[in-house]
Amino acid sequence: MRHEQIETNSGLMLLLILVVISIGGLVEIVPLFYINETVEDVKGEVRPYTPLELRGRDIYVREGCYLCHSQQIRPFRDEWLRYGHYSLAAESQYDHPFQWGSKRTGPDLARVGGKYSNQWQVQHLNAPRSVVPQSIMPNYPWLLQTDLDYSDIVGRMRALRWTGVPYSVTQAEYDRNVKTFGKATADLLDINQAQDNLLKQARDRDFDGNPSRITEMDALVAYLQVLGTMVDFTKYDEGYFARFR
Amino acid sequence: MSQSSALPAEQYNYDIIRRFTIMAMVWAVLGMSVGVYIASELAWPFLNFDIPQLTFGRLRPVHTTLVIFGFGGSALFATSYYIVQRTSQARLAFPWLAEFTFWGWTGGVALGVMTYMMGITQGREYAEFEWPLDIAITLVWVSYFAVYIETLRRRTQPHIYVANWFYLAFILAVALLHIFNNLAVPVSLTKSYSLFSGVQDAMTQWWYGHNAVGFFLTAAFLGMMYYFVPKQAGRPVYSYRLSIIHFWALIFLYMWAGGHHLHWTSLPDWVSTLAATFSVILLMPSWGGMINGIMTLSGAWDKLRSDPVMLFLITSLSFYGMSTFEGPLMSLKSVNALSHYTDWTIGHVHSGALGWVALVSFGSFYHLIPRLWDSKMYSQTLIYVHFWLATIGIVLYITSMWVAGIGQGLMLRSFDDYGNLAYTFIETVEFMHTPYVWRALGGAFFVTGVLVMVYNMAMTIARRQPAAETQLSAKPAQA
Repeated sequence: MRHEQIETNSGLMLLLILVVISIGGLVEIVPLFYINETVEDVKGEVRPYTPLELRGRDIYVREGCYLCHSQQIRPFRDEWLRYGHYSLAAESQYDHPFQWGSKRTGPDLARVGGKYSNQWQVQHLNAPRSVVPQSIMPNYPWLLQTDLDYSDIVGRMRALRWTGVPYSVTQAEYDRNVKTFGKATADLLDINQAQDNLLKQARDRDFDGNPSRITEMDALVAYLQVLGTMVDFTKYDEGYFARFR
Repeated sequence: MSQSSALPAEQYNYDIIRRFTIMAMVWAVLGMSVGVYIASELAWPFLNFDIPQLTFGRLRPVHTTLVIFGFGGSALFATSYYIVQRTSQARLAFPWLAEFTFWGWTGGVALGVMTYMMGITQGREYAEFEWPLDIAITLVWVSYFAVYIETLRRRTQPHIYVANWFYLAFILAVALLHIFNNLAVPVSLTKSYSLFSGVQDAMTQWWYGHNAVGFFLTAAFLGMMYYFVPKQAGRPVYSYRLSIIHFWALIFLYMWAGGHHLHWTSLPDWVSTLAATFSVILLMPSWGGMINGIMTLSGAWDKLRSDPVMLFLITSLSFYGMSTFEGPLMSLKSVNALSHYTDWTIGHVHSGALGWVALVSFGSFYHLIPRLWDSKMYSQTLIYVHFWLATIGIVLYITSMWVAGIGQGLMLRSFDDYGNLAYTFIETVEFMHTPYVWRALGGAFFVTGVLVMVYNMAMTIARRQPAAETQLSAKPAQA
C-alpha cells in the first residue's frame, strides 16, 4: 500500500493509528492478569487492610505522601541494608491504587511498619524536625486535631470488594476468608462488623496517644505500622521468590 | 488555491484559537509559579506553613496538572485548531462543540486543581482527577475528536498534512490511555478506588504515564513543530519520507516503553526488559523528528541570527534531541538502578517539559499571535530577553538536578571500608539543599521569561494596528 492512500483518507488513517498504538499495551499488560507467576504465592499471609488501616491509607493518598515516599524496595544490597527484603508483588495485591511511588525525596516506606514506636510516628508526623532536624517534610498538625470520619467505611469496603478485595458480606464469603486467613483475620474483613472493628482497633491500640478521641492520626499510624509486616520471610527457602521475578 | 479573497480571520474560526492561546499563557504563569513555590518548599520547608492546602503533597499535582493539561493542553487545542483549518483550508466544523471543548477543558482544569488542594485525588501520578472530572474530560475529548476529524473530512486539499497525523494520533492515544487508566469503582462523588491493584495497576498507570509524555507532550508537539518550523523558516519540511517513517515508528514504539518506569520493582522482569529494549529503539524515531525539524532550516541558517522566533523553535528541537537521548539512557536497567527515585528523573522531565514543550509552544505562539490579532509583535527585543531568561533557567534547572540526583544515587549506594552503608538517608537530604536552591532559582528565571512574554503579548493586542499586506499572503506549508 502506498502511503498516499493513507494520507488522503482520514478514516483509513484513523483505523491504522488505532491498530498501531494498541499493540504495545496488549502485549505487555494483558498477560499480567493471566500469568500465575506474576504475583508470588505467599499462602494467605498478605491480608486486606482492616477498616482502620484502610482509612489511614485513604489519608496517605489524600495528603499525596506517594509523591515523596516510595513503597517499593529494589533487590540491591544497599536497599536490603536500609529497608529490608525487596518488595513482593503479593504485598501490594490489595492496594487500590498501588502506591509504589516514583521518587524518594524521603525514604522508602514499604517496610516502615514496626520500625518506630507509635509515639515516634505521631511526633514525627506532627512536627518532623522535632525528631529529625534536617528533615524537609511538611508538618501535619491537623491529623491529631481532626476526628476520623468513618461514617462511610462500609461503602468504601463494598467498593473494594467489588474490585475483588476479599472483604466479606455473605456467610459464604466469610467462610472462605476463615479458610484463607484464619478466623481472627476473617472477622476483621467482615463488612458487617466494619464500624465495630474500626472502633475496637482504634481504642485498643490507641495509636495517637489520646484515648479520648479517634483521630486521623490513629488511622494513618495504624496504616504505617502494618506496612511490610505481613510476610514472614523466615518461612521461605532462599531463592523461592526469585522464581517469580 | 480555493481560498477566497476574504481575510484569514474571517475565513477561519480564529476566535476559539485566541481564547485557548490566552488561557495557555494564564495556565503557564499559574502552573510554573506553583512549580517555583513547591521547589522552594523543598529547599525551605517552612513554606508549607502548616496549611494543608499548601503542603507539597497537595500542590505537586496542582503544578503538574496546570502545566501539562492547562498550559500544554490549551496550547495544543489552540495550535491544532489553527493548523487543521489552515492546512485543510476549511473552517472549523461544529463551532458549538468547539466552544464546549474550550469551556469544558478550562473548567475541568480549574476545578481539578481546586479539588487536589482539598485532598480529593485518585493518587495516581498525572491522573489525579477523581472520577466525575474524568468523565467530564472524556466528554470534552470526544467532542475534540469530532471537531477535529470532521474538519479534516471537510478539507479542500486531497492530502492530510503531516502535522495533522501527529495531532490525530495524539487525540486517539490520549482517549485510549485516559479511559483505561481511570477505570475505578466510586464510593462517593469525591472518592473512588481504581479497578486494578498492585502490579497490574502499576503497569497500567505507567503505560498511561509514559504515553502521556509520548503522545500528549511529544507526538502532539511534533505536530506543532511540523507546521510552525517550516512556516517560520519559509521552507518546506526537510524530508517527507523521513516524516512518514518516524511517525509510524514513534507511535508504535512509545506504547511499549512504559515499563521502564518500573525497573527492579515487583513487575516481572520480562516486561521491564521488553520496555527497556523498545525505549532504546525509540531513540531512532525521536531523532528522526529532531533531524527533520532542524534540517528544515538548511540553507537558511542565517535566520538563527536574525529571527528570535526561529531561535525558540530550533533550541526546542535541540532540547528534544537531548532529552530523547537521555531517556533511553535512563531506561537501561543499570543506569536506572542509580537514577530511579532520584532528582535525575525530575531534571530529565524538565529538560523535555521546559526545553522542548514550553519553548516550541512559545515559538509557535510568537508566530501565531500577530496572525491571530492581525498585528505585529510589540517588541522583538523582548522576545530575545524571553529566550535568554528561559534558556538560563533551563540550564540552571537541569544541571542542579543532575547534581542532586546523581549525587544522591551515589551516596545511597556507597559503603565504608567495613561494608556498612556510608550515608544515612537524611545525609542525602542535607546534601540536596544547595541544588534545590539553584533549581528554584532556575525556575524563577523561567517564570520571569514567561511574564516578559505575557507583557509583550498584552501590548501587542492592546496596540494592534491594521494588518500589513504580508498577513494576507500567508499560505499553508506544503508537505
